[in-house]
Amino acid sequence: MGIEVNGKTLEVDEEGYLADLNQWEPGVADIMAKLDDTTLTDAHWEVINFLREYYEEYQIAPAVRVLTKAIGKKLGADKGNSKYLYELFPYGPAKQACKYAGLPKPTGCV
Amino acid sequence: MANFETPEIKEYPTIPLIKEGVMAHSKPFISKDAFQQPLGFPGELLDNWQDVAIEKMGEMLGKYRGLQVFLDSCVKCGACTDKCHYFLGTSDPKNMPVARQDLLRKVYRRYFTFAGKYFPKLVGAVDMTKEVLDDWYSYFHQCSQCRRCSVYCPYGIDTAEISMAAREIMDAVGVGQKYCNEIIAKVYKIGNNLGLPEPALRDTLEGLEEDVLEDTGVAVKYPLDVKGADILLVTPSADFFAEPHVDGLIGYGKVFHAAGASWTISSHASEAANFGMFIGSYENMRKVALRIREAALDLGVKRIIFGECGHAWRVAYSFLNTLAGPFDFLDPRYPVPQHICEYTYDLLKRGALTMDKSANDHMRLTFHDSCNVARASRMGDLPGGQFVIPREVIKASCNHFYDMNADTIHEGTFCCGGGGGLLTDDLMEIRVKGALPRMSALKQVVEEHGVTHLAAICAICKSQFSKVMPYYGFQMSQIVSVHQLVSNAIVLNDKQ
Repeated sequence: MGIEVNGKTLEVDEEGYLADLNQWEPGVADIMAKLDDTTLTDAHWEVINFLREYYEEYQIAPAVRVLTKAIGKKLGADKGNSKYLYELFPYGPAKQACKYAGLPKPTGCV
Repeated sequence: MANFETPEIKEYPTIPLIKEGVMAHSKPFISKDAFQQPLGFPGELLDNWQDVAIEKMGEMLGKYRGLQVFLDSCVKCGACTDKCHYFLGTSDPKNMPVARQDLLRKVYRRYFTFAGKYFPKLVGAVDMTKEVLDDWYSYFHQCSQCRRCSVYCPYGIDTAEISMAAREIMDAVGVGQKYCNEIIAKVYKIGNNLGLPEPALRDTLEGLEEDVLEDTGVAVKYPLDVKGADILLVTPSADFFAEPHVDGLIGYGKVFHAAGASWTISSHASEAANFGMFIGSYENMRKVALRIREAALDLGVKRIIFGECGHAWRVAYSFLNTLAGPFDFLDPRYPVPQHICEYTYDLLKRGALTMDKSANDHMRLTFHDSCNVARASRMGDLPGGQFVIPREVIKASCNHFYDMNADTIHEGTFCCGGGGGLLTDDLMEIRVKGALPRMSALKQVVEEHGVTHLAAICAICKSQFSKVMPYYGFQMSQIVSVHQLVSNAIVLNDKQ
């Protein structure tokens, strides 16, 4: 399976997650969002960029609480909660946002 | 949401009319070679898979005496047929526990019984064909190994054992389930189901310390890899990652703080869950369990306490000693292992915790008994302690508690719908449908007692409910951790 991004075909797994993290570019997130009938706004990008920074440092997506705290610090306390994140990413911030950011899907009892 | 219909909650629980084959399409993603190899399984379906499957079945019949008894003793009385949440939610007759078992039993008869070898048609015995294997892959991943049917079986046939055996045979021929096997491979590589490495775990725990200090003004610690600590806490990695799980973890820390206990989490055994049980693999279950022993020895702890995780508690309470024992190096004055609810309950009984129940006055609670705790273990030193203790902990933390209908709690509890290795997005339809009986019972207490929240002591239940409750008109935030309630109510002061 693959998705077309800027003329290149990138491999994704059964659930649409990018097979190779290094192939990510912003266009990947836009295309994935389009497949979900979503258009990415600056608010989405704040989350996606934070996920990528965190992953770079820790090789794992941040815990939901770590993410909400970081977003709250950046965008104000009213946005530092999972309700806000679920409004942006209705399939769940941990999964949908990770997918757009090119990160592997968080596994386990989550 | 997804492409299927959510079952309707009826006024009274009803047994549905059967609809043959309606769930035959449901199957999880197949595991890749990269996840199979670390577990010792072939990477894809073997050429001689039929021979391997029959040989594996023979080996298991010799090793697990119960399996043969379960396969021989069913008299088709039908007592189990309406006890399975997946049957009640899907109407597919192959989800009647007896019919699901028969998918394996009919092959067992063909190769391992006199009548089946010579007169297969007379006894419903069939060859191990690819169609049979496909049916196994579909329907043995529509069993959450919750064992509710076993409670009502006059012979005590344990369907979970049969599902586990079928999954082990499928792994042996190279047809594994991606969700479980990827996760077990991650435990071997990194130490937990999530793949949360030590630096990320440390960062997450430090974040919790900051939050609790900010909220309460008390410096509650969430220690990691502290050598010489008294207590090793082994908890599901979801407690570090997800909501409402993390609120429970915050609660454990507050209890330990209030008790003045010396405790630690281990980055080596940063996972209570043991998916080796779900796939029926003794070897993998043992390998995962041994990490706990290694961590306990390495850190030099005196006690082991498990956090809120249902099947982990089954493995811990029922199998840990034979899998990873003897634990003669721990302090013999304490049970090995202990459940966090048992620990908190003991402190409550001794009056060692100050609780302000009004802190939870914004909630009216009920409790979901998780299947592996309810039907496969015990807690504390009293019969039925696994039912009494979590409820006593909840009642000590809030003013409003109401149990659900008696047929749906204690040993008769209904699975959340996501247990036994089914908590994966590719099985969302069966998860939603299987939640029907629990959602019906919840709706009843919501209407009769104004219940607002469902408390649970299992990471899978919590994730499952937060995902499926919106399908039934509830909110995802209506599921809470038991130690989240403790966390809200406990009064901390720094003199302790």
